Amino acid sequence: MSILVDKNTRLVVQGMTGSVGRFHTEQMLAYGTKVVAGCTPGKGGQSLMDVPIYDTMRDVVKQTGANASCIFVPPPFAADAILEAVDAEVPLIVCITEGIPVMDMIKVRRVLDSQDKARLIGPNCPGVITPDQCKIGIMPGHVHKAGRIGVVSKSGTLTYEAVGQLTALGIGQSTAVGIGGDPINGTDFIDVLKLFNDDPTTEGVILIGEIGGNAEEQAAAWIKEHFKKPAAGFIAGRTAPPGKRMGHAGAIISGGKGTADAKIEALENAGVKVAPTPSDMGTTLQSLL
Amino acid sequence: MNIHEYQAKELYRKYGIPVPQGIPCMSPAEATAAAKKLIDETGNEVVVVKAQIHAGGRGKAGGVKVVKGVDAATAAANDIFGKTLITHQTGPEGKLVQRLLVEQGLAIKSELYLALVVDRESRRIAIMASTEGGMDIEEVAASTPEKIHTIAIDPAVGLQGYQVRQLAFGLGLSKQEQKNFSKLLGGLAKLFEKEDCSIAEINPLILTEDEQVIALDAKVNFDSNAEFRHKAFWDSVRDLSEEAPTETEAKEAGLSFIQLDGNIGCLVNGAGLAMSTMDTIKYYGGEPANFLDVGGGASQEAVTRAFRIILESDAVQGIFVNIFGGIMRCDTIANGVVAATKELGLTVPLVVRLEGTKVEEGRKILDGSGLAITSAATMADGAKKIVELAKG
Repeated sequence: MSILVDKNTRLVVQGMTGSVGRFHTEQMLAYGTKVVAGCTPGKGGQSLMDVPIYDTMRDVVKQTGANASCIFVPPPFAADAILEAVDAEVPLIVCITEGIPVMDMIKVRRVLDSQDKARLIGPNCPGVITPDQCKIGIMPGHVHKAGRIGVVSKSGTLTYEAVGQLTALGIGQSTAVGIGGDPINGTDFIDVLKLFNDDPTTEGVILIGEIGGNAEEQAAAWIKEHFKKPAAGFIAGRTAPPGKRMGHAGAIISGGKGTADAKIEALENAGVKVAPTPSDMGTTLQSLL
Repeated sequence: MNIHEYQAKELYRKYGIPVPQGIPCMSPAEATAAAKKLIDETGNEVVVVKAQIHAGGRGKAGGVKVVKGVDAATAAANDIFGKTLITHQTGPEGKLVQRLLVEQGLAIKSELYLALVVDRESRRIAIMASTEGGMDIEEVAASTPEKIHTIAIDPAVGLQGYQVRQLAFGLGLSKQEQKNFSKLLGGLAKLFEKEDCSIAEINPLILTEDEQVIALDAKVNFDSNAEFRHKAFWDSVRDLSEEAPTETEAKEAGLSFIQLDGNIGCLVNGAGLAMSTMDTIKYYGGEPANFLDVGGGASQEAVTRAFRIILESDAVQGIFVNIFGGIMRCDTIANGVVAATKELGLTVPLVVRLEGTKVEEGRKILDGSGLAITSAATMADGAKKIVELAKG
């Protein structure tokens, strides 16, 4: 078992014909993901790597029964692509695109909150992977190993880091989810933790947060009340200077809020074991099993 | 992205938000002429000379002077212009004043606070208003949170009348003031959305004896992600002298770079990993010289440029390259590192940790380069090694 994606996931790639979309579609196919369609307006009827392309997402769903989408559309058009997938009632939408204006995401989130058919992961995230079954996104597939630990993270490369450490220790992953580093996204820590909590094959989780906002504090409060499994954590940006945006649009300490220390304290109070350095994420989780 | 107060006020005018009459000046001589013009036009001897820098706290640092008459305005301008202001937002090095704003003096009845921000929790634009204008709003929030009134704008329907009334009654405004406040807030909400702001703050927003509501100060930050919608306008208001030159150079190359105070240069892919690399270096007793995320899609040229930016700093006594390739390929990084060091020479220790996509190819390139590179198995291993080596 796993969460969000498995071997039955039927994926459509929005923006498959662009250079990034094409490269990663190839990688996803090589990993074994069932890519059933591409969606590029104006290129309907063509095909790429034997995957048929359609003009609209409604066509895609009608013709192929796709139940997940991966978006590689550039920032100016990404919000529109997400909303088109929501309109087509695609249950899982994973948006990889980095650099979507926050004003666009406010509108997208408003639409997402007013319906219950589609779930958005991201934007600005590496995607979702259930090892050996389905990879949606840009993560290096080969560092993963099938197993029983869930990983949820705001940061792409730190997810790889955590997964790589687990695999090196011989500990496999049920599903790894990158929720992205933007201030407004589609799915937060708690949404994913709920899924891991209810998934009988997930035996523990690693939660990776970073400075900015208070999603980690909220997750900690939820974990304290509801989470039944061992949890390890890590927060990036302990030494980041206030007022500076550390790469991710959301990673900024402002007005004394969103500091790493406050997040670490909240997680530890909730019983999450926080790794002292990012190199200790795997061993910290291992110590809880 | 940040702009100056006078530029924010020009934008406010465009959206019908009342601001004091004022003239931006690039020299003290211009300020003298501006003061004369304002006094002639308004019949009021009182003018305000304000330093234009990208930081708050100017008043306390001596960057804002209320004076009477042209001579006093000239003296104030001479005093402020060319001065380095150190405020709680500039850092210890301060900011050089190269622009001034000369404004008409206004009779203030009371000072309010008004700000629009992107609120991550409600996932909407939030409006905060308070009677405690002119103060540090973070202090107000900490000591008397009941004095801050907040509403969130539903993007589906926009700012509603009842929301404006909630704020206006919370601020204790008169009927005429409410009317003026409503108009101002409508304009500001529209500006915030149309111009892709991340912050629009007025502190203080003043009430005058004749019940006008005027933005005495104006702060606007733009959401950098929306640059593609405003390129020409943003280019016209960007003040490069307010930005660190290396950060500007890095941005042009598509890199995310922030200068720090330490001596260990870092080149990393991914924002989270870049932050963690800094944290790890510090954990082992070192001090990072920078935050640098080369991103996922960086070309070999961009990597070379990143490496050059790090090497150009005199403070750097060691470099740590930490890569976990996902989209980023290790061979691209390796080629960039080799190209940059061949071009610029490598005079400081270099520790490289490569992992992920095309790692074997990357290691081979580095091994075959003949460069004195110390390789590391993990991030912690690399951080320990570079901290040790940078000590000399």
